[in-house]
Amino acid sequence: MAARGPAGSRVGNSRFAQFKLVLLGESAVGKSSIVLRFVKDQFDSYRESTIGAAFLTQTISLDENTTVKFEIWDTAGQERYKSLAPMYYRNANCAVVVYDITQASSLDKAKQWVKELQRQANENIIIALAGNKLDLVTEQPDKRAIQTADAEAYAREAGLLFFETSAKTAENVRELFTSIAKKLPLDQAGPRNPRSGGRGGVELRPDTQGTQAGGPCSC
Amino acid sequence: MRHSSDQRKSPSHDRLYAPIDTAPTATAAEEDGITATMTHDGENEAPKHRTHADSEQSTATITPQKDDATTLEGHEQRPPLPPRTSLLGDRPTTPLSPRKRPAFQSKPTTAVSSVDIQTLSFPDGSRGTFPTPGSRSVSDAGHGISGGTSTPSSRKVSQNGSEFDDSTSLMSYTPTLRANGDLASLLDEGLNSQSPAWKLLSSQADNVNPFETIDYEDNALLNFDHEFDEVEAVDSKGGNEEQVLLQWKGKLKHYLILSSAGKPIYSRHGDQNLINGYIGIIQTIISFFQDGKDPLMGFTAGDTRFVVAIEGPLYFVAISKLRESDSQLRAQLEALYMQILSTLTLPTLTQLFTNRPNTDLRRPLEGTETLLSSLADSFTKGSPSALLSALECLKIRKSQRHAINNTLLKARTEKLLYGLVVAGGRLVSVIRPKRHSLHPSDLSLIFNMLFEAGSVKAGGGENWIPVCLPGFNKTGYLYMYVSFINAHDGEESSSDQRPSTAGSSPEDEIAILLISTDKESFYELKQMRDDVVAQLERNGSMDIIKTAVRQGRPSTADIVPGTQLRHFLYKSRANVQFMMPSFSPDFSSLLARRKLMSLYHNLHASTHAKHSHVKVLHCVARDSISLVWTTPLFEFYCVAGPNASRAGLAQGANKVIQWVKREEERVFIIGGAVF
Repeated sequence: MAARGPAGSRVGNSRFAQFKLVLLGESAVGKSSIVLRFVKDQFDSYRESTIGAAFLTQTISLDENTTVKFEIWDTAGQERYKSLAPMYYRNANCAVVVYDITQASSLDKAKQWVKELQRQANENIIIALAGNKLDLVTEQPDKRAIQTADAEAYAREAGLLFFETSAKTAENVRELFTSIAKKLPLDQAGPRNPRSGGRGGVELRPDTQGTQAGGPCSC
Repeated sequence: MRHSSDQRKSPSHDRLYAPIDTAPTATAAEEDGITATMTHDGENEAPKHRTHADSEQSTATITPQKDDATTLEGHEQRPPLPPRTSLLGDRPTTPLSPRKRPAFQSKPTTAVSSVDIQTLSFPDGSRGTFPTPGSRSVSDAGHGISGGTSTPSSRKVSQNGSEFDDSTSLMSYTPTLRANGDLASLLDEGLNSQSPAWKLLSSQADNVNPFETIDYEDNALLNFDHEFDEVEAVDSKGGNEEQVLLQWKGKLKHYLILSSAGKPIYSRHGDQNLINGYIGIIQTIISFFQDGKDPLMGFTAGDTRFVVAIEGPLYFVAISKLRESDSQLRAQLEALYMQILSTLTLPTLTQLFTNRPNTDLRRPLEGTETLLSSLADSFTKGSPSALLSALECLKIRKSQRHAINNTLLKARTEKLLYGLVVAGGRLVSVIRPKRHSLHPSDLSLIFNMLFEAGSVKAGGGENWIPVCLPGFNKTGYLYMYVSFINAHDGEESSSDQRPSTAGSSPEDEIAILLISTDKESFYELKQMRDDVVAQLERNGSMDIIKTAVRQGRPSTADIVPGTQLRHFLYKSRANVQFMMPSFSPDFSSLLARRKLMSLYHNLHASTHAKHSHVKVLHCVARDSISLVWTTPLFEFYCVAGPNASRAGLAQGANKVIQWVKREEERVFIIGGAVF
């Protein structure tokens, strides 16, 4: 996994930037559901556990001239995959750490992830804390196990973006990613990957060399 | 109640189906008990099934005279086998002697009985005599499997069965009650000696499909429609406990996995509260025999077979009412064990239990229950691939496959170990290093993960999955890059524009799998995938794959027009691959498919039993007729409707085998591409 810093280009007035984002958190808090909502605007209440990790991309427009493409690593939350996590957060520009607002222990796990990210990941990594399953407490307020204020206080203290989200109702999902995008350093975006400079994100650039970029490998 | 090995029952498999090479009149004293047991069981459970051992000669010449006699000659050249007891009435007049009765039979008094000779009249005026024990059948009817057997029983031979007794007189006057092929071929050399009236009658019913008739005696599959329903949770007040237990017990198949310390690890049905007690019981039973250095292999209760497999610190138990053989159930348990290894690797598993024998393995395995369950469900539905331990390939032209292989080889990156293109669980292309082959059981695990369990596919996008392939190396992980392409898409679905998978079946999914030993090689393999897909699009191979996937498997009638065969399995032994036609139209429903698969399981068990030397086997039942044929090159299983003629069956079999020979390089991957 080669170094992949923020990537971007500027054509005329429009800006395009590409960032690597990783989702972390305890299993069954809804990481994949948040991604599915964000990428495909779908929800599936009986999702099976993620196996390994899934790699997805989604592009959002911040304004008329600014397009941000996220390369998302949706990781599996199980303990046995823990040793693989550094591979996903290494060189990540941003991370979403997810917990389940109806499960007290999931916030503890989230805090561990935040600590690990702050110690091991990119120095400038932008971390967002997302308390998922907001829809459950809207229906039954007594299901809530973690008060918004508590989580918010922690987030402020640790310097994290904070949202309570519902992948089911889509509440705050887009807002979460948009606010991450806004915090990302769009202007410093350099070449995405020296090795395959011309590739990836091809379809988003007006002056691309066409879709045949991926010719046969030279090896 | 238990056997320490399979040998006790297996020698009798071949006799059940009237093997061609059995020396019919010889008696081997030491095998008497076994033989008699089987006879007894056969009567009890499946009086309606019978085979043709009575007419040794006609069985031996399954190929009708007018067919070229080359096809079955293989078995005729085999050296004579040592004398064995024939289960079936060797000669009409040979009484079944009392000493043949098993010692552990439940009803000794009824077992000792004289044999009546019954005479049958046939439509064409011929007569035949049969030995039938006079008194036994009725009193024994209704019993389940007696202890000690686990052979597939629904098709057991029972020329002495009660039904035979009851219906012989009827049959002699109203031949239309029975399938024509059944009785006629029992004694007749061919079918040509039938009266014109008989032929007329039979021709009307020729098109009855297998399992079409209502099988009122076989209610084993009565609840099959509910087999995959979830068992309700016991509610907190326990009010529905009885009902839940009833549902749980109604399941035809259970798989339990527990640790030797008695901790539950996995159960296909029922939640923890429900199964905990049973886990305790089974652990006690297994451990009891473990201490005695004579491990428990299996036991039978009523019509339910329990098979136990012990793998290090893990106990695996299969509980089945579907009448599979012990070795088949054992293979299923083995697959579950491989799935666990695939998640954890052997050293991790061993270490967990060495450090803490009391380990609760559910946590380390968390999230993989669905993989175990989808394996369990595919066994319960009946999986040809699992039965034959072989893989299926997508049928495309040799040159087309060659082009795809070359595309993969050209785009190959340094980190690549295996590269595969798979469509709906069928292999399209494989490239591998010269020194490493791919183990079919490893591939089955991967296919189960990708195509049966929805977890990977549902996520969309691309996946990077650490996986241990036990056949390759059970001590470490490999890393697998997976991306799906939907065969119904106009264009390839990159991670950006992948449509929902909701509407498409797993059969329509094309997956590119790139496997590496390096966990950091995701981007490299992703690049390779992009190159491969672009190239496949450019040289037209992608369209070829998509078209082949959309077409699905050919039906039997497409392969051999006008044949009486309704389904078949052909396994190429050398390639460890198999070929089959589509389940539709005749076996589209889950139940019909299960019946078909049960039949295949029985046929498979008969030809694969230890010490079995059966090469050709023709089996006639009320609802179907079937044929197995094994040679060093292939195993062939086929089924036709109950009224199909044996000649038609044999002819169809020959045609299919000729067809496969002709199409061999299309339906199988021969050699494969190496680098």
